[in-house]
Order: sequence, then structure tokens, then C-alpha cells
Amino acid sequence: MGIVRKALASRPIAALTSPHTIDHYLDQIHPMLAVKHVRARVVEVVHETGVASTVVLRPNGAWRGFKPGQHVEFGVEVDGKRRVRVFSVSSSARRKDGTFSVSVKAHPDGYVSQYLHHELSPRTLIHLSQADGDFVLPDVVPDDLLLLSGGSGITPVMSMLRTLSESGHTGRVTFLHYARSREDEMFSEELDALAASYEFVRIVRVYTREPEADAELAGRFDLVHLKHLEVDPTSTLSYVCGPAGLIASVRDTYDELGAAEQLHTEYFKVPTVDLDAEDATGTLTFDDSGIDAANSGATILEQAEAAGLTPEFGCRMGVCNTCALKKNHGAVRHVITGEVSASTDETVKICVHVPVGDVNVAL
Amino acid sequence: MSHLRKRNAPIEPLSASNHNAAPAPLVGEDTTKRATIGLDLMTYEQLEDFGNELDAVRQRVLDDLGQTDADYIRRVIKVQRVFDVLGRVGIFFPFFLPVFIAGIVCLAVAKILENMEIGHNVMHGQYDWMNDPVVDGKKYEWDNVAPAQDWKHGHNYIHHTYTNIHGMDRDIGYNMFRIDEAQPWYPSHRVNLPLAFLLMLFFEWGVMYHGIELDEYLGGRMSKSEFKARKKRAWQKVRRQVVKDYVAFPVLAIPLIPFTAWWVPLAVLGGNVAANIIRNIWTFIIIFCGHFPAEVETFTEDEAQNETRGQWYLRQLLGSANITGSRPFHVMTGNLSYQVEHHLFPDIPARRYPEVAEDVHLLVEKYGLTYNTGRLSKQIGSVVRQLAVLGRKPSDPYKVGNSPESKALRREKREAEKAAREAMANA
Repeated sequence: MGIVRKALASRPIAALTSPHTIDHYLDQIHPMLAVKHVRARVVEVVHETGVASTVVLRPNGAWRGFKPGQHVEFGVEVDGKRRVRVFSVSSSARRKDGTFSVSVKAHPDGYVSQYLHHELSPRTLIHLSQADGDFVLPDVVPDDLLLLSGGSGITPVMSMLRTLSESGHTGRVTFLHYARSREDEMFSEELDALAASYEFVRIVRVYTREPEADAELAGRFDLVHLKHLEVDPTSTLSYVCGPAGLIASVRDTYDELGAAEQLHTEYFKVPTVDLDAEDATGTLTFDDSGIDAANSGATILEQAEAAGLTPEFGCRMGVCNTCALKKNHGAVRHVITGEVSASTDETVKICVHVPVGDVNVAL
Repeated sequence: MSHLRKRNAPIEPLSASNHNAAPAPLVGEDTTKRATIGLDLMTYEQLEDFGNELDAVRQRVLDDLGQTDADYIRRVIKVQRVFDVLGRVGIFFPFFLPVFIAGIVCLAVAKILENMEIGHNVMHGQYDWMNDPVVDGKKYEWDNVAPAQDWKHGHNYIHHTYTNIHGMDRDIGYNMFRIDEAQPWYPSHRVNLPLAFLLMLFFEWGVMYHGIELDEYLGGRMSKSEFKARKKRAWQKVRRQVVKDYVAFPVLAIPLIPFTAWWVPLAVLGGNVAANIIRNIWTFIIIFCGHFPAEVETFTEDEAQNETRGQWYLRQLLGSANITGSRPFHVMTGNLSYQVEHHLFPDIPARRYPEVAEDVHLLVEKYGLTYNTGRLSKQIGSVVRQLAVLGRKPSDPYKVGNSPESKALRREKREAEKAAREAMANA
């Protein structure tokens, strides 16, 4: 942290700018000028597959960098409204040009991922958080490492692989990836190139729907696959990222072998929004209190009260804003307008919103 | 939930999914009884239609929110920041009077914009849909000694939900003034006018004090812990505001002393005091003109029990007054010059009020209602007259709060309530 930055973040400056922060003033000079607010410009958008793209970002000075495997909140404004999603960083932590990238598969109903893929243009301002997450490599990487991924879960482990390759890591790395087909796979050519150039890695891809003729492995994940690759779960530090099904079967396998402590997992959360569902489905999670409740179809406020919580409320008719709080993720429907909003990290009035599927609120 | 009033709220019949139900404590014990608000003007069916039509107006605006609204509030913020910085710099030149005075004016304008068009409106949640933390109603803290949290409770919830209902809306005369015929007169009301003048100068402090709700605590309607928490928040906010305006910026001027004069830091302090007072005067005038002109109606709890959405809307319409003026004037009032529209639709961006005012006018005409509006001078005159006239002791003893007649009436009411409670307990 530079001296100027430190000075601007100091208490005397905060006393002068109270109740606002220095960033609220710097903002007006230039949007990238900030002490705390992490922002970035889009450098370019690279289409990886027909539905996936990589967004290269140049963050401002507030960005403290990332560890391979971490994710970042990505906020983009469309029609005055900021949409926030969480994406994994996919680039190497060794990049020297001050940029990093996230890679995103466009979800059919995903507003932001679709927007990224089809409309996001260079120079767009992006509102970021600092990188976060425990799904990271240890400071000293052991000699045996397994990076296992499924579908778009490849992004954090790709960041790990790129970083290991660029830092000249000489331990044995096994990179096992499951995709539906080669067309559906991100980074295909780079993986081919790495397989040839990075001598310590063994890269194996399994195409579950359209297997290649000479593939060494086929089908879904199985212990047999690890045995074939000479990976011993009990002695190999393992990272797995992908859909819940893949993670569950890998975890079961490791549990059976008593190798659970070797396994690090990261789910790829794609909000399942069933907009036509009349019945209340999913789970309502009150994150701060650590309470889960089956969605009863009532407003979030009522469900919170039914769960024994005492959230603040006022008019109970959507007027006074007393009950508004952060919805961490999931989709909610406004009981009066019927409007559904599915943004991550948005403020909702819980007295007039019902959950649609799984919802997580900061309560 | 430590606030007693909140805890009392029943839950089942007030589900927000039934938007046409009365807000929490207004549901009377006899749920079959219907509210009588507006029956002298409309039938229940008309009230229902009236509510639906206003709901439609609101929905049309909500559907249309987008980039232009976001650009607008950001432009206002930019202008506010520019005035703020110019003002802060300007008051560092007390040895050059034109710049000093321009600085005070700029700083006052910045504070007015920040409190009204930005702070008040953002804290209503008008821009929550943008999902931008800078204009998030939950997070926003304004440049005012009143802490946002307690102001939001008293204003957004109590005042905007129970607008102009005696005994529920604490903003009727702010427990200080007699501003409505139906309020009981007390001897302290003789100083209605001079007291109002004083409050005008120190309005932000009044707002802060009002938000602590000492009367609620003393009346046994608020727990001690809640009251303590309110006091603590107020102290914290006061400290921050005082340190900034009256300590930090004057201290910043101390290095100027060798090059100028010893009194420069004091002049900076004075400049801040002046800017705060200008802001206080302006906000006081606008806010008093919003609800206190003579024709504005007030209601009793009895009339409002079990009111419908349409009746809620009508109460807002009859309980507020607009001020006419130019566009810059409206911006400087935070569009609270459109008080009627603001009360009908407190959570839509205020820049939309002029546009919805046209629809409201059409509905007012259609249902033969009244719409209180007038020039600033007319509304100020009306408020001053109200304060003066209602400050005099009424001849009717029932309008005098501490007359034997009123005391007997209150005793009777208390005893009736007690008897009813006992009857309930015995049953």
C-alpha cells in the first residue's frame, strides 16, 4: 500500500469526509481513482467456446491481487442497475501486465453471464470485490497434486495450473477435467499446448457425451480413473471444482479411502430458478443466524419470523424500507408486482418478497 | 426486537401479499369494522378504484426505471460534491470576503442537496433498485447530526405509514407545537412562534432529538435498552459531525495563521456554522410547508382503523401540501415540494414526482378531491398563521389539555380501557 493511499485511508481524512468516505470524492475525479473500492476496466472479451468467454480486466490500485483458486464479485451495470455475480479468477497469478481474467460460461437463464458473452465491450467499468475464498494452493505446493474439475468448474483450477506452469513448479501435477464434449470445453488449445510444454503435468480430459475415439478414460468420475492416472488419494493433495454431483461422488470416494483431509472442494453455484413453479420449492437460508428453512411460499419476513428470528420491519406493505436487507443469492419474487430478481448481493424488502427456489439472505 | 410498538404487531392478517390490508397497529380489535376515512368524499367502491389507479401509476413508473434515473442521481451527487469542495475551499479565504461568502453559500447548497435530494430520497430506498452501495438506503448516512437509522424509523415507518393520525404520527407538531385544531392546547403553545423560529435555526438538532424518542421512552412505550441504543447512536453521530465541521476543518486552517491572521480558523468555524444554519432554515421551511398549512387534514386512530389501500392513499393526499416553483427550486427541496406525490409514492425516485403529479391531478379531478398546493410564500404564510392562531388559548375547555374537563375525559377513557382489560381477563 503506497504512502498516498495509506494517508488517504487514514482517520484524519475520514474525519474530514464523514459521513462519506474519501472514495466518494475521488470517484468524481475519475472512476478508477479509489482507496478502497476495487474497480476495473474490461481490456478484452475472448470467446472461449460458443457459450463461454474470458473477460480480461485491468483493476485499479485498490486491488490487492489474488491467490489462484479464489473468486471475485463481479458487478456490471446494465440500464442503471448493478448486477453482481461471483466468478473464479482463471488467469495466472504470475501475470506481469497488471491484468487478470475471469472465465464464465453463459448460463441459459443467467442474465449477467449472457450479457458478458454477448454484449460486454472493452473499457466498460466493472465493480469488483477483493479476491476471496479458501479454495487455494498452499504456500508450499507438495510434490503430488491433483486438479480435478467438471464443466465450467475448470476456471479456478486453470488459474492454479497456469500459475504452477509459469512459476516452474517441478512437482507432479495431474489435471483431470470432465466436459460434455471438446466443443463444450474451455481453454482446449491452451491445455493441448501445456500438455506438450509443461513436462511435470499430466493433462487428461474426459468427454462424457462425445468421447474421442482414442481417449484413455471414459464416462463419469470413478476411482478407476484415479487409479489409471496413478493418483493415490490418500497421499495426493486434491482440488475439485464443478457441479454438485461430481463433488459428491469425489467426496464419497475420498471418504471411503479415509482421504477426506486431502480434498478441497468448490461448488459452482448456478442459481436454479424455476420461474414457472407455482409451488414453493428450495431452501431459504438465513445466513447470519445459520438457519435453513424449507421455503413455505410466504414472504421472507414471515418465514424469518416463523423460524424464530426477529428481523426489523415497519409497514409490512413495501413502503417504509425498514425491513430491507441483503439477499446474498437466489431469486425472489415481488408479491405485488410479480417481478423476479435474481441478482447476487442485492437489497430487497423482505416484507414483499417471496423466495423462488433456493435463497440466501443476510439475516 | 426491543421496540415495544413493533412487537405488538400481529402477523397473520397483515401479510404483505395482501397489499390492500392496513399496516400493522392500525388493525383494530374488531376486524369487521371498516375505516371511515374518505367516506364523506367517496364510496368504498370508489376508494377501491382510486387505490387501484394509484397502484397502476406507481407500477408504470417502477417498470420504467432505468439508466436515466441512475444518471440523474449521479449527476446530482457530482454537483453536490463540487459545491461541497468549492465551499470547503472558499471558507478558507475569510480575508477575502467575496470568496468567503461564496464558500458559505456553496457549502450550504452542498448540505441542502445532500440532505434533501440525495440523503432523504436515498434513505427512502428510492434508488435501492440500482444495487449501488453509494445510493443504498440501508447503508446511506447523511451529513446531519441525526443518525440515519433512527431517522428512518421515525420518518419512513412511523411518519409515512401513519401520516397525520393523531397519537401515531409523531411528526404532527413534533411534540412541540400546536399546529392542528385537534391537538390539545397547553400553555407552552403560547410560544409556538418564537419556539418555531429557534427550531428553524437549529433544525438538525431538533431532528436528532426527535429521533431519540424520549417521549416514547417516558411513556413506557420503549424499552430502556432501545432508548439507550438510540442515545448512543445519536452521540456517535453528533461527535462525528461536530468534529468535522467545528474541529477538523478549523484545525486545518491553523497553518494559514502565519501567512494571514490569528482569527482565520475561527472564521472557518464560523463559515461552517453559517452553512449549517442556512441548511437548517431551508429544510425547516420546506418540511413545515409539507404538512402544516391550514387546509391539510389530520385523522383520528378510530377513523383509520382497518383502512384499505385506497384509504391509505387518500389519507396521504389529504394530509400533505405541495409548493409550486421552478425546476431548480424543486431540486433544492429534494422534490419535497411535491409532498403529495412523495407521500403517495415514497419509494419511487423523486425526480419522477412532477411526472406522476399529472396523473394525480387527473385522479383528483375525477373523484372531486382537493389538492393542496401553492407558492412558497403562501404556504409559509399559512404555517405562520396556524402557529400564531393555534398558539392562543382556545375558549373551548375540551381543547385545553390541562383543563378539568379534559382531565376528566382522559380519566374516563383510562377507566373504560381498564374495565375492558379486566373484562377480557375475566372472560
